[in-house]
Amino acid sequence: MRHHLILRVITKILVGPIILYGLYVQFHGDFSPGGGFQAGVIIAVAFTLYGIVFGLRAVYAVLPPWVVHRLMALGLLIYAGVGILNMLSGYEFLNYGAFAPNHPSHGQHLGILWVETGVGITVTGVMIAVFYAFAGRPPRMGDDDW
Amino acid sequence: MAGGTEAVAHQALEMTDHLPVLQVLIPFIAAPLAVFLGVRSLAWPIACAGAIASLVCSVVLMLATLDGSFISYHLGGWAPPYGIEYRVDAANAFVLLLISATAVVVMPFTKASVDAEIPKKDHTLFYACFMLCITGLLGVVVTGDAFNVFVFLEISSLSAYVLVSQGSHRDRRALTVAYDYLLMGTIGATFFVIGIGFLYMATGTLNMADIADRIAGQGDNRTIQAAFAFILVGMGLKVAIYPLHLWLPGAYNYAPSAVTVLLAATATKAAIYVVLRFTFSVFQPEFTFDTNVLYWIIIPFALLAMFAASLIAVFQTNFKRMLAYSSIAQIGYMLLGIGFFNLSGLTATMVHLFNHSITKAALFMAVGALVLRSGSTFYDRIRGMGKSMPLTSAVVVIGGLSLIGIPGTAGFVSKWMLVQAAFELGWWWMALLIVASSLLAVIYVWRVLEVLYLGDTAEGAQHKEAPMMMAGPMWVAALACIWFGFDTSLTLEASRVAANGLLSGNAGMAPVPTTAAGGGH
Repeated sequence: MRHHLILRVITKILVGPIILYGLYVQFHGDFSPGGGFQAGVIIAVAFTLYGIVFGLRAVYAVLPPWVVHRLMALGLLIYAGVGILNMLSGYEFLNYGAFAPNHPSHGQHLGILWVETGVGITVTGVMIAVFYAFAGRPPRMGDDDW
Repeated sequence: MAGGTEAVAHQALEMTDHLPVLQVLIPFIAAPLAVFLGVRSLAWPIACAGAIASLVCSVVLMLATLDGSFISYHLGGWAPPYGIEYRVDAANAFVLLLISATAVVVMPFTKASVDAEIPKKDHTLFYACFMLCITGLLGVVVTGDAFNVFVFLEISSLSAYVLVSQGSHRDRRALTVAYDYLLMGTIGATFFVIGIGFLYMATGTLNMADIADRIAGQGDNRTIQAAFAFILVGMGLKVAIYPLHLWLPGAYNYAPSAVTVLLAATATKAAIYVVLRFTFSVFQPEFTFDTNVLYWIIIPFALLAMFAASLIAVFQTNFKRMLAYSSIAQIGYMLLGIGFFNLSGLTATMVHLFNHSITKAALFMAVGALVLRSGSTFYDRIRGMGKSMPLTSAVVVIGGLSLIGIPGTAGFVSKWMLVQAAFELGWWWMALLIVASSLLAVIYVWRVLEVLYLGDTAEGAQHKEAPMMMAGPMWVAALACIWFGFDTSLTLEASRVAANGLLSGNAGMAPVPTTAAGGGH
C-alpha cells in the first residue's frame, strides 16, 4: 500500500478519532446506546484499519500479539474481579450494591462502569486477535502437509 | 434491592453461602489468569488448583443437599424469576461432583499427555480452554435459568471444538472432525435455544422453576409441545442419542488423549443431566408421560443405541474408536433408565452416569498411555503391549470388565439397577435385551484384550510402561471402578435422592430472601 498516499494519510488522521469515539461509546453507555461490546469493536476497528493499510508488521509494533492475548484475559479478570470484590464485602456475586452500601444505586453505577470496562477490553482484544489470526495465517497447506 | 435511594439493611453473606457460584467461578478465573500471567510453567498448576478448589465446593454442596433440600443463589442480588438463579439440589450436586472429581483425577494425566502431544507454545491456551470447558459443563449443571443453560452450553462446546482441533498436531484429520463437531453441536444448540424461545413465548419467563409453575395449567398448548420437541432433539445431538451421534466417534478418536478423557467422562453426562432436568423439572413428569415421548422415542432409540453401536464397536480395528462407539451404546442404557419412568429406572440412569464416567475415564487414559508409547491406537500397532505395559493393560482389563458389567465392578451396579427397573415394570424381555447387549460388550472388550495380551509384539512401538503421571490417575479411576462396585452407599444413595427429587417434579420457586441457609423443600 506504499503508493496509496491518500489512504495512508486518511488512516493516520482517522485512527485517533476512532479510538476516541470508542471511548465515548464505552463510557457513555450508561446513558445512551453503547457499552463495552460496541466500544470494543470500534476500538478494534482502529487497529484493524491501521493493520490493513500499513501492514501487519507495523500494527504488531504498536500492539504485539502477546499484548492482545493479555488484553483478552485482563478484561475477564476485571469483570470477575468486580464480582469477587462484591462477594468479599458480603454481597452476592456481581451485586454492585456492595460498592455503596448506603446508596445502592450509586453502587450500581460504579459496578456497571467497571464491568463494562472489562467487557470493552476483552472485546477489543478478541476482535484484534481474530484479525491477527486471519491476516497472519500462513499460506495454504501443501499436499505434503497431510 | 437495587435502585432504591434509602439505605437498605443488608445481611452479610458468609463465604459458604457463595459455594454455588464459586463452583463455577473458580475454574472460570483459572482460564484468564493462566493466559494473563502467560508463564507456560504456571498454566498447569493454576488449572490444577482451580480444579481442586472446585472439587471442594462440589463435595460441600453434595453433603448439603443429600437430605433432599435445595440451595438457591441469586446472582447480583436480583431475586428470581427476574434475576439469574443458581439452584443446587441432589441431582445436580451429584453431577457437579462427578465433573469436578473427573477434572481433578485427569489433571496429572493431562500434564503428561499434553507435554507429549501438543507443541509447547500452545500449552497456556490449551489449559485455558480446558478450564473453560470444565467451567461451561459445571455452569450448565448448576444453573436454574433456562437461557443460562444455553450460554454455558456454548462456553463448554466452543472450547471443546478448539480442544478437539488440537489433535491436529498428531493427525490432521482432527481439523475436519472438529469442524463436524462444530456444525452438529451448533445445530443442537440452535434447536435448544429455539425450544427455550418457545417456552419464553408461552410463559414469559426463563427461570426453570417459574416456567414449570406456568406450564402446569396449559396442558395442550402446541407451543409448549413444540418447545419440548426442539429441546429434546437439540440436547439429543449433544448427548449423542444413537441416530444423532455422528459427530462423536470422530471427535473422540482424533482429539488429544486428555481431551477425549474429559469429554467422554463429563460432556455427554452434563447433556444427559439437562435432558433429565427439562423432562422432569421443567416439563412436569405428567406432561412428559402424556406425550408418550418416553415410550415411543426414548426407549426405541435407546435400544437401537445399545445394539447397533455395540455391534459397530465389535467390528472396529481402532481401540479409541471402538471405545467411542461403546460410549454411544452406554448412553443407550442411560436413556433406557429415563424411558422406564420409575424410581429404579432413574436411579439406574444417575448411577450409570457416574459409573460409566469413571469406567470410560480409566479406559481412555489407558488409550492415552498406549498412544504415548506406540503412537497409534490401531489394533495392529498395539499388539502385545500387555507384556510391556502391564499396569496400563491391567487398567484396560478392569475398565473392560466394568463396561461389560461383571459383578464386583461399578458397571454391574448400574446394570443391576436397570434390570431391576425392568422387572418392576414386568418387562422381563427388556431385562433379556439388556443382558444380550452386554454380551456384545463381552465381544468387543475381548477383542482388545486378545490384541493386548495374546498378539505377537508389534514393531515400531516403544515397549515401556507408561510414566507415573499417567499410570497414577489411570489406577485411581480403575480402583474407583472396583470400589464403587462393592461400596454403593455413596453412589446409589445420591442417585436415589436425585431420582426422587426429579420424579417429584417442580420444587417450586425459592423463598425470596435466599441465601444458602434459606433453601428448602
